[in-house]
Amino acid sequence: MRFSRGFKDGLPIALGYLPVSFAYAMRSISLGFPAWFPILVSATNFSGMGQVAGTNLIAQDATLGLLFATMLIINIRYMLMSISVSQHLAPRFPPWQRAIVAFGLTDENYALAMRRPQKLTFAYFLGLMSCSFSGWLGGTVLGVGLNAVLAQVLVGETGTQIYTIVTSAFGISLYAMFVAIIVPPARDDRPTLLLVLLTIAASCLFYFIPPLHRLPAGVDIIVCSVVCTAVVSLLFPHESAAEDEQKEEKSAQTDRREEKQ
Amino acid sequence: MTLSSMLIGVAIMFAVTYSTRTLGLLLIRKPIRNRFIRSFLYYLPYSVLAVMVFPSMLFASVSLWAGIAGSLVALVLAFFRRGLLIVSLASIATVFFVEILLLFLC
Repeated sequence: MRFSRGFKDGLPIALGYLPVSFAYAMRSISLGFPAWFPILVSATNFSGMGQVAGTNLIAQDATLGLLFATMLIINIRYMLMSISVSQHLAPRFPPWQRAIVAFGLTDENYALAMRRPQKLTFAYFLGLMSCSFSGWLGGTVLGVGLNAVLAQVLVGETGTQIYTIVTSAFGISLYAMFVAIIVPPARDDRPTLLLVLLTIAASCLFYFIPPLHRLPAGVDIIVCSVVCTAVVSLLFPHESAAEDEQKEEKSAQTDRREEKQ
Repeated sequence: MTLSSMLIGVAIMFAVTYSTRTLGLLLIRKPIRNRFIRSFLYYLPYSVLAVMVFPSMLFASVSLWAGIAGSLVALVLAFFRRGLLIVSLASIATVFFVEILLLFLC
Protein backbone atom coordinates (compact mmCIF):
# COMPACT_ATOMS: atom_id res chain seq x y z
CA MET A 1 0.00 0.00 0.00
CA ARG A 2 1.94 2.94 -1.28
CA PHE A 3 1.76 6.70 -1.02
CA SER A 4 0.28 7.02 -4.52
CA ARG A 5 -2.58 4.63 -3.68
CA GLY A 6 -3.47 6.78 -0.66
CA PHE A 7 -3.15 9.98 -2.66
CA LYS A 8 -5.59 8.64 -5.27
CA ASP A 9 -8.07 7.64 -2.55
CA GLY A 10 -7.71 11.12 -1.08
CA LEU A 11 -8.55 13.02 -4.28
CA PRO A 12 -12.37 12.69 -4.12
CA ILE A 13 -12.22 13.62 -0.43
CA ALA A 14 -10.06 16.67 -1.13
CA LEU A 15 -12.46 17.85 -3.84
CA GLY A 16 -15.45 17.11 -1.63
CA TYR A 17 -13.83 19.14 1.16
CA LEU A 18 -13.50 22.25 -1.01
CA PRO A 19 -17.15 23.41 -0.73
CA VAL A 20 -17.31 22.40 2.94
CA SER A 21 -14.23 24.39 3.95
CA PHE A 22 -15.43 27.22 1.66
CA ALA A 23 -18.65 27.31 3.68
CA TYR A 24 -16.72 27.26 6.95
CA ALA A 25 -14.48 30.17 5.93
CA MET A 26 -17.39 32.28 4.69
CA ARG A 27 -19.35 31.61 7.84
CA SER A 28 -16.44 32.58 10.12
CA ILE A 29 -15.91 35.86 8.29
CA SER A 30 -19.62 36.67 8.50
CA LEU A 31 -19.40 36.08 12.27
CA GLY A 32 -16.81 38.86 12.39
CA PHE A 33 -13.52 36.92 12.53
CA PRO A 34 -10.40 38.24 10.78
CA ALA A 35 -9.26 36.37 7.64
CA TRP A 36 -6.41 34.51 9.39
CA PHE A 37 -8.72 32.93 11.96
CA PRO A 38 -10.53 30.28 9.85
CA ILE A 39 -7.23 29.45 8.14
CA LEU A 40 -5.49 28.87 11.49
CA VAL A 41 -8.41 26.74 12.75
CA SER A 42 -8.47 24.62 9.56
CA ALA A 43 -4.71 24.14 9.73
CA THR A 44 -4.75 22.95 13.36
CA ASN A 45 -8.10 21.17 13.71
CA PHE A 46 -8.93 19.50 10.37
CA SER A 47 -12.50 18.62 11.39
CA GLY A 48 -15.83 19.83 10.00
CA MET A 49 -18.48 19.73 12.74
CA GLY A 50 -16.05 20.49 15.56
CA GLN A 51 -14.64 23.57 13.85
CA VAL A 52 -18.05 25.04 13.13
CA ALA A 53 -19.26 24.48 16.70
CA GLY A 54 -16.05 25.80 18.29
CA THR A 55 -15.98 28.87 16.07
CA ASN A 56 -19.61 29.70 16.96
CA LEU A 57 -18.81 29.44 20.66
CA ILE A 58 -15.75 31.71 20.39
CA ALA A 59 -17.87 34.23 18.46
CA GLN A 60 -20.42 34.20 21.30
CA ASP A 61 -17.65 34.76 23.89
CA ALA A 62 -18.59 31.46 25.58
CA THR A 63 -16.61 30.37 28.63
CA LEU A 64 -13.53 28.22 28.06
CA GLY A 65 -15.12 25.44 30.11
CA LEU A 66 -18.12 25.30 27.77
CA LEU A 67 -15.84 25.37 24.74
CA PHE A 68 -13.79 22.50 26.17
CA ALA A 69 -16.86 20.41 27.05
CA THR A 70 -18.55 20.96 23.68
CA MET A 71 -15.42 20.09 21.73
CA LEU A 72 -14.99 16.95 23.81
CA ILE A 73 -18.57 15.76 23.25
CA ILE A 74 -18.58 16.51 19.53
CA ASN A 75 -15.21 14.88 19.00
CA ILE A 76 -15.46 11.90 21.32
CA ARG A 77 -16.44 9.72 18.35
CA TYR A 78 -12.84 10.11 17.11
CA MET A 79 -11.69 8.14 20.14
CA LEU A 80 -13.72 5.18 18.90
CA MET A 81 -12.47 5.64 15.32
CA SER A 82 -8.93 5.84 16.60
CA ILE A 83 -9.33 2.49 18.42
CA SER A 84 -10.85 1.06 15.25
CA VAL A 85 -7.92 2.22 13.08
CA SER A 86 -5.43 0.79 15.59
CA GLN A 87 -6.79 -2.63 14.60
CA HIS A 88 -5.99 -2.20 10.91
CA LEU A 89 -2.43 -0.96 10.99
CA ALA A 90 0.40 -2.77 9.26
CA PRO A 91 3.00 -4.29 11.63
CA ARG A 92 5.89 -2.08 12.85
CA PHE A 93 3.97 1.14 13.33
CA PRO A 94 6.02 3.25 15.79
CA PRO A 95 4.32 5.83 18.08
CA TRP A 96 5.57 8.88 16.14
CA GLN A 97 3.92 7.58 12.99
CA ARG A 98 0.73 6.88 14.94
CA ALA A 99 0.83 10.45 16.25
CA ILE A 100 0.98 11.80 12.68
CA VAL A 101 -1.79 9.50 11.43
CA ALA A 102 -3.99 10.64 14.35
CA PHE A 103 -3.90 14.25 13.14
CA GLY A 104 -5.58 13.34 9.85
CA LEU A 105 -8.22 11.03 11.27
CA THR A 106 -11.32 12.76 9.90
CA ASP A 107 -14.67 11.02 9.34
CA GLU A 108 -14.05 10.80 5.60
CA ASN A 109 -10.41 9.67 5.74
CA TYR A 110 -11.42 7.08 8.30
CA ALA A 111 -14.39 5.80 6.29
CA LEU A 112 -12.33 5.49 3.11
CA ALA A 113 -9.30 3.87 4.73
CA MET A 114 -11.50 1.29 6.44
CA ARG A 115 -12.98 0.22 3.10
CA ARG A 116 -9.54 -1.08 2.08
CA PRO A 117 -9.21 -4.80 2.72
CA GLN A 118 -5.42 -4.54 3.27
CA LYS A 119 -3.57 -3.64 6.44
CA LEU A 120 -2.89 0.09 6.29
CA THR A 121 0.66 1.38 5.95
CA PHE A 122 2.16 4.71 7.01
CA ALA A 123 2.87 5.65 3.38
CA TYR A 124 -0.78 5.03 2.47
CA PHE A 125 -1.97 7.29 5.29
CA LEU A 126 0.51 10.00 4.34
CA GLY A 127 -0.80 9.99 0.76
CA LEU A 128 -4.46 9.95 1.81
CA MET A 129 -4.11 12.61 4.47
CA SER A 130 -1.76 15.01 2.72
CA CYS A 131 -4.14 15.03 -0.24
CA SER A 132 -7.34 15.58 1.73
CA PHE A 133 -5.65 18.08 4.07
CA SER A 134 -4.56 20.17 1.07
CA GLY A 135 -8.19 20.24 -0.08
CA TRP A 136 -9.36 21.28 3.38
CA LEU A 137 -6.80 24.02 3.92
CA GLY A 138 -6.90 25.16 0.29
CA GLY A 139 -10.69 25.38 0.40
CA THR A 140 -10.53 27.53 3.52
CA VAL A 141 -8.05 29.94 1.93
CA LEU A 142 -10.17 30.10 -1.25
CA GLY A 143 -13.29 30.63 0.85
CA VAL A 144 -11.71 33.63 2.57
CA GLY A 145 -10.79 35.05 -0.85
CA LEU A 146 -14.18 34.31 -2.42
CA ASN A 147 -15.89 35.95 0.54
CA ALA A 148 -13.97 39.16 -0.05
CA VAL A 149 -14.93 39.11 -3.74
CA LEU A 150 -18.62 38.38 -3.05
CA ALA A 151 -18.80 41.11 -0.43
CA GLN A 152 -17.58 43.56 -3.11
CA VAL A 153 -19.90 42.30 -5.85
CA LEU A 154 -23.10 41.56 -3.95
CA VAL A 155 -24.22 44.85 -2.50
CA GLY A 156 -27.70 46.17 -1.72
CA GLU A 157 -30.71 44.18 -0.51
CA THR A 158 -30.85 41.60 -3.33
CA GLY A 159 -27.08 41.24 -3.09
CA THR A 160 -27.28 40.38 0.61
CA GLN A 161 -30.06 37.87 -0.05
CA ILE A 162 -28.04 36.16 -2.76
CA TYR A 163 -24.99 36.12 -0.50
CA THR A 164 -27.08 34.37 2.22
CA ILE A 165 -28.28 31.84 -0.36
CA VAL A 166 -24.74 31.09 -1.55
CA THR A 167 -23.56 30.48 2.04
CA SER A 168 -26.63 28.37 2.75
CA ALA A 169 -26.12 26.28 -0.40
CA PHE A 170 -22.46 25.57 0.43
CA GLY A 171 -23.53 24.68 3.96
CA ILE A 172 -25.29 21.51 2.77
CA SER A 173 -22.11 20.06 1.24
CA LEU A 174 -20.82 18.55 4.49
CA TYR A 175 -24.04 16.58 4.89
CA ALA A 176 -24.14 15.56 1.22
CA MET A 177 -20.66 14.08 1.51
CA PHE A 178 -21.73 12.00 4.52
CA VAL A 179 -24.74 10.76 2.53
CA ALA A 180 -22.37 9.67 -0.26
CA ILE A 181 -20.37 7.66 2.29
CA ILE A 182 -23.21 5.85 4.07
CA VAL A 183 -25.72 5.11 1.30
CA PRO A 184 -23.75 2.64 -0.90
CA PRO A 185 -22.82 0.23 1.96
CA ALA A 186 -26.35 0.48 3.36
CA ARG A 187 -27.67 -0.50 -0.05
CA ASP A 188 -25.46 -3.60 -0.22
CA ASP A 189 -25.62 -4.87 3.35
CA ARG A 190 -28.89 -5.46 5.23
CA PRO A 191 -27.54 -5.05 8.81
CA THR A 192 -25.87 -1.76 7.82
CA LEU A 193 -29.17 -0.55 6.34
CA LEU A 194 -30.98 -1.52 9.53
CA LEU A 195 -28.33 0.29 11.58
CA VAL A 196 -28.65 3.47 9.52
CA LEU A 197 -32.47 3.48 9.74
CA LEU A 198 -32.41 2.76 13.48
CA THR A 199 -29.90 5.55 14.04
CA ILE A 200 -31.97 8.04 12.04
CA ALA A 201 -35.06 7.15 14.10
CA ALA A 202 -33.11 7.72 17.33
CA SER A 203 -31.62 10.92 15.98
CA CYS A 204 -35.12 12.23 15.14
CA LEU A 205 -36.18 11.61 18.75
CA PHE A 206 -33.31 13.81 19.92
CA TYR A 207 -34.13 16.44 17.33
CA PHE A 208 -37.89 16.74 17.71
CA ILE A 209 -38.46 16.13 21.44
CA PRO A 210 -37.78 19.52 23.08
CA PRO A 211 -36.06 18.42 26.34
CA LEU A 212 -33.74 16.12 24.36
CA HIS A 213 -33.13 18.82 21.74
CA ARG A 214 -31.88 21.19 24.43
CA LEU A 215 -29.01 18.82 25.35
CA PRO A 216 -25.61 20.11 24.21
CA ALA A 217 -24.70 19.33 20.57
CA GLY A 218 -22.71 16.11 20.45
CA VAL A 219 -24.57 14.27 23.22
CA ASP A 220 -27.04 13.00 20.60
CA ILE A 221 -24.16 11.84 18.38
CA ILE A 222 -22.52 9.73 21.04
CA VAL A 223 -25.72 8.35 22.64
CA CYS A 224 -27.52 7.41 19.39
CA SER A 225 -24.46 5.93 17.70
CA VAL A 226 -23.27 3.87 20.67
CA VAL A 227 -26.72 2.47 21.51
CA CYS A 228 -27.74 1.68 17.90
CA THR A 229 -24.35 0.22 16.96
CA ALA A 230 -24.37 -1.97 20.07
CA VAL A 231 -27.86 -3.29 19.26
CA VAL A 232 -26.97 -4.12 15.64
CA SER A 233 -23.62 -5.65 16.64
CA LEU A 234 -25.40 -7.95 19.09
CA LEU A 235 -28.06 -8.97 16.55
CA PHE A 236 -25.78 -9.30 13.51
CA PRO A 237 -22.14 -9.72 14.55
CA HIS A 238 -20.15 -8.69 11.52
CA GLU A 239 -16.66 -10.10 11.29
CA SER A 240 -16.12 -13.72 12.22
CA ALA A 241 -12.60 -15.04 12.65
CA ALA A 242 -12.92 -17.05 9.44
CA GLU A 243 -13.80 -13.99 7.40
CA ASP A 244 -10.79 -12.27 8.85
CA GLU A 245 -8.37 -14.89 7.63
CA GLN A 246 -9.86 -14.70 4.14
CA LYS A 247 -9.54 -10.96 4.30
CA GLU A 248 -5.86 -11.18 5.10
CA GLU A 249 -5.26 -13.60 2.25
CA LYS A 250 -7.18 -11.34 -0.13
CA SER A 251 -5.17 -8.39 1.08
CA ALA A 252 -1.91 -10.18 0.31
CA GLN A 253 -3.18 -10.93 -3.21
CA THR A 254 -4.32 -7.38 -3.82
CA ASP A 255 -0.94 -6.10 -2.66
CA ARG A 256 0.86 -8.39 -5.08
CA ARG A 257 -1.41 -7.29 -7.95
CA GLU A 258 -0.77 -3.65 -7.16
CA GLU A 259 3.00 -4.23 -7.07
CA LYS A 260 2.84 -5.65 -10.61
CA GLN A 261 0.97 -2.67 -12.04
CA MET B 1 -13.87 38.62 20.77
CA THR B 2 -10.33 39.71 21.45
CA LEU B 3 -7.09 38.46 19.94
CA SER B 4 -6.28 36.47 23.06
CA SER B 5 -9.74 34.89 23.28
CA MET B 6 -9.40 33.77 19.67
CA LEU B 7 -5.92 32.30 20.21
CA ILE B 8 -6.83 30.53 23.46
CA GLY B 9 -10.00 29.24 21.77
CA VAL B 10 -8.05 27.75 18.87
CA ALA B 11 -5.58 26.18 21.30
CA ILE B 12 -8.38 24.46 23.22
CA MET B 13 -10.06 23.30 20.00
CA PHE B 14 -6.79 21.82 18.77
CA ALA B 15 -5.90 20.16 22.08
CA VAL B 16 -9.28 18.46 22.48
CA THR B 17 -9.66 17.36 18.84
CA TYR B 18 -6.12 16.01 18.61
CA SER B 19 -6.22 14.14 21.93
CA THR B 20 -9.44 12.31 21.03
CA ARG B 21 -7.79 11.17 17.80
CA THR B 22 -4.50 10.05 19.33
CA LEU B 23 -5.63 8.18 22.44
CA GLY B 24 -6.95 5.02 20.78
CA LEU B 25 -4.04 4.80 18.34
CA LEU B 26 -1.37 5.22 21.00
CA LEU B 27 -2.92 3.14 23.79
CA ILE B 28 -4.25 0.12 21.89
CA ARG B 29 -1.39 -1.81 20.36
CA LYS B 30 -2.77 -5.34 20.31
CA PRO B 31 -5.45 -6.84 18.07
CA ILE B 32 -8.90 -7.02 19.68
CA ARG B 33 -10.31 -10.56 19.44
CA ASN B 34 -13.75 -10.02 20.93
CA ARG B 35 -16.37 -10.56 18.25
CA PHE B 36 -18.82 -8.01 19.65
CA ILE B 37 -16.20 -5.25 19.88
CA ARG B 38 -14.99 -6.03 16.37
CA SER B 39 -18.53 -5.77 14.98
CA PHE B 40 -19.11 -2.63 16.98
CA LEU B 41 -16.05 -0.95 15.51
CA TYR B 42 -17.01 -2.07 12.00
CA TYR B 43 -20.54 -0.63 12.18
CA LEU B 44 -19.78 2.50 14.19
CA PRO B 45 -18.81 4.99 11.44
CA TYR B 46 -22.06 4.51 9.52
CA SER B 47 -24.08 5.15 12.64
CA VAL B 48 -22.07 8.25 13.63
CA LEU B 49 -22.47 9.79 10.17
CA ALA B 50 -26.19 8.92 10.09
CA VAL B 51 -26.87 10.76 13.39
CA MET B 52 -25.03 13.82 12.16
CA VAL B 53 -26.85 13.91 8.80
CA PHE B 54 -30.51 13.22 9.64
CA PRO B 55 -32.59 15.14 10.35
CA SER B 56 -30.18 18.15 10.58
CA MET B 57 -29.54 18.10 6.81
CA LEU B 58 -33.18 19.00 6.11
CA PHE B 59 -32.89 22.13 8.23
CA ALA B 60 -29.39 23.17 7.15
CA SER B 61 -30.58 25.65 4.50
CA VAL B 62 -32.43 28.95 4.81
CA SER B 63 -35.70 27.40 3.61
CA LEU B 64 -36.94 23.92 4.53
CA TRP B 65 -37.93 23.15 0.91
CA ALA B 66 -34.42 23.77 -0.32
CA GLY B 67 -33.07 21.49 2.42
CA ILE B 68 -35.49 18.72 1.47
CA ALA B 69 -34.69 19.05 -2.25
CA GLY B 70 -30.93 19.05 -1.59
CA SER B 71 -31.22 15.98 0.64
CA LEU B 72 -33.29 14.07 -1.92
CA VAL B 73 -30.82 14.79 -4.70
CA ALA B 74 -27.93 13.63 -2.49
CA LEU B 75 -29.78 10.43 -1.51
CA VAL B 76 -30.70 9.48 -5.09
CA LEU B 77 -27.20 10.15 -6.49
CA ALA B 78 -25.53 8.28 -3.60
CA PHE B 79 -27.91 5.36 -4.17
CA PHE B 80 -26.60 5.15 -7.73
CA ARG B 81 -23.04 5.19 -6.34
CA ARG B 82 -21.92 8.62 -7.53
CA GLY B 83 -18.73 9.85 -5.80
CA LEU B 84 -18.34 12.34 -2.96
CA LEU B 85 -17.72 15.30 -5.23
CA ILE B 86 -20.65 14.74 -7.61
CA VAL B 87 -23.10 14.21 -4.77
CA SER B 88 -21.87 17.27 -2.93
CA LEU B 89 -21.89 19.61 -5.96
CA ALA B 90 -25.33 18.45 -7.15
CA SER B 91 -26.77 19.01 -3.71
CA ILE B 92 -25.23 22.51 -3.45
CA ALA B 93 -26.63 23.42 -6.87
CA THR B 94 -30.10 22.13 -5.94
CA VAL B 95 -30.24 24.18 -2.73
CA PHE B 96 -28.98 27.23 -4.61
CA PHE B 97 -31.58 27.03 -7.39
CA VAL B 98 -34.51 26.19 -5.13
CA GLU B 99 -33.69 29.13 -2.89
CA ILE B 100 -33.27 31.51 -5.82
CA LEU B 101 -36.62 30.29 -7.15
CA LEU B 102 -38.31 30.87 -3.78
CA LEU B 103 -36.72 34.31 -3.55
CA PHE B 104 -38.30 35.37 -6.84
CA LEU B 105 -41.66 33.67 -6.25
CA CYS B 106 -42.25 35.14 -2.80
